[in-house]
Amino acid sequence: MTTAPVLAVDHVRKIYAGGDRRVEAVRDLHFEVTAGELVCVVGPSGAGKTTLLRCIAGLLDVTGGEVRFEGAPIDGPPRGMAVVFQEYGRSLFPWMTVRANVELPLKEKRVPRERRAVLVRDALATVGLDDVHDAYPWQLSGGMQQRVAIARAVAYGPHVLLMDEPFAAVDAQTRADLEDLVRALWSRLGVTVLFVTHDIDEAVYLGQRVLVLSNSPTVVLEDVAVDLPAARDQLSTRALPRFAELRAHVYGLVQQAKRGARTVMADPTAIGRPNVYEGRTT
Amino acid sequence: MRLLRSTLTAAALPVALVTAWWLISRGSQSFFWPPLSDIVAELRPTWLGERLRADVVPSLLRLATGYALALAAGILAGLAIGLSARLRQYCEPVLEFCRSIPPPVLIPIIMLFAGIGDQMKVIVIVSGCVWPVLLNTAEGARAIDEVLRDTARVYRLRPAARFRHLLLRGASPHIVTGARQALSIAIILMVISEMFAASNGLGFATVQFQRSFAIPQMWSGILLLGVIGVTLALAFKLVENRVLAWYFGLRRHQ
Repeated sequence: MTTAPVLAVDHVRKIYAGGDRRVEAVRDLHFEVTAGELVCVVGPSGAGKTTLLRCIAGLLDVTGGEVRFEGAPIDGPPRGMAVVFQEYGRSLFPWMTVRANVELPLKEKRVPRERRAVLVRDALATVGLDDVHDAYPWQLSGGMQQRVAIARAVAYGPHVLLMDEPFAAVDAQTRADLEDLVRALWSRLGVTVLFVTHDIDEAVYLGQRVLVLSNSPTVVLEDVAVDLPAARDQLSTRALPRFAELRAHVYGLVQQAKRGARTVMADPTAIGRPNVYEGRTT
Repeated sequence: MRLLRSTLTAAALPVALVTAWWLISRGSQSFFWPPLSDIVAELRPTWLGERLRADVVPSLLRLATGYALALAAGILAGLAIGLSARLRQYCEPVLEFCRSIPPPVLIPIIMLFAGIGDQMKVIVIVSGCVWPVLLNTAEGARAIDEVLRDTARVYRLRPAARFRHLLLRGASPHIVTGARQALSIAIILMVISEMFAASNGLGFATVQFQRSFAIPQMWSGILLLGVIGVTLALAFKLVENRVLAWYFGLRRHQ
């Protein structure tokens, strides 16, 4: 297994300039993601999570620094990267069937027809949608639509899968199922996943690492290693004392972020908060 | 059953009106208001003989050519304008101006450089039809979802696929609206352009009949134009239902 970073976010800065107004959204983001990792990014609302993801996906130019994908600076969406957006209802082509939606990126990659059929069938089977190939996305429930979007990403065969709050708009039960689906896909396919969410529980449950972002203009507040067992389960993992500790720790960080912290305070009790660091062992 | 009922409902008023016309005009002695039965009797001998080739087909060909050109030009220009904010800023005032000129006013000018042949008539049709297509398409291109555009970029859709699968389909509900407006304008302009200066065509023949006091024949020309208009509108609806099946389904599910 290689340990070279598949994704390097190198002192990225993003300033939105419109007319004579300049808004600094991202100040200095710096982190790396190793091949095969599952990294979650959390932060308060307005932390520039989506800006960061769009910069990584090559949908947005950075103002300073650079993002490197497999060693090469990103300049437009690179081959080998797939994105699952939050707005599943708006990211599937409503005029195409489920099959055509999954197949289109493969056609553009010039995958031969027979191979495409196999990839589409496998990807839809992987996300548990064997019987809706000919349906239109809007005929499916929200959770199923997001499964189609995931199947499209999986069939594309990416090295890195970016997910932008993909489950923010589905109900809690569906959400738990989809979280387990992401873990399953990740461990089966060995794909690198960067998962952006505002949900602290979700981040701790899914990730090997959780990057906590500050308020905008954004920096990385802390890179938290999640030392939970690799086999995760909605009931038993969430019941672990360690899960509660990590969750509390990340929660404390997000609270600090909301108050505008740019660096982690050495002693959170100093500002009148319960000491969320007590249980930390890492 | 429901289809049958809705068809009957839609057909009820037209049938009633035609029946009323038939009954009221029956036995009419007025030179200018002949009985409907006389007009209908004129339809076949007047239009399905020599005139089918000489007048009806040329008119329909001009209509088809002008309409097709207007669609192509309107969609292409509309997409370009809809996608570029800068282009839109430059073009908007001019477009508003062009749109508000009544197209028949242009006929004398167009005659000056295009003569009085088919070319002139096609140009007149295009010059009137292109605006609703163009403006609606521009609006449609602007309305294409941001997330969908990002999706197309992320999955590296090539320009041809972006055009076909994203822009054209994404703007299609608006394009169809513009095309529907353009169709009725096209028929109007086809007739008007033939009335101005022509040697054949439905509009020309109808005016000729009027001038030679062949009143039932004149009426039959008007009737035929009406039938052509309704037939084209029905055909348009069929195409629309096919092309926008996804859109109607999507709206029903929301």
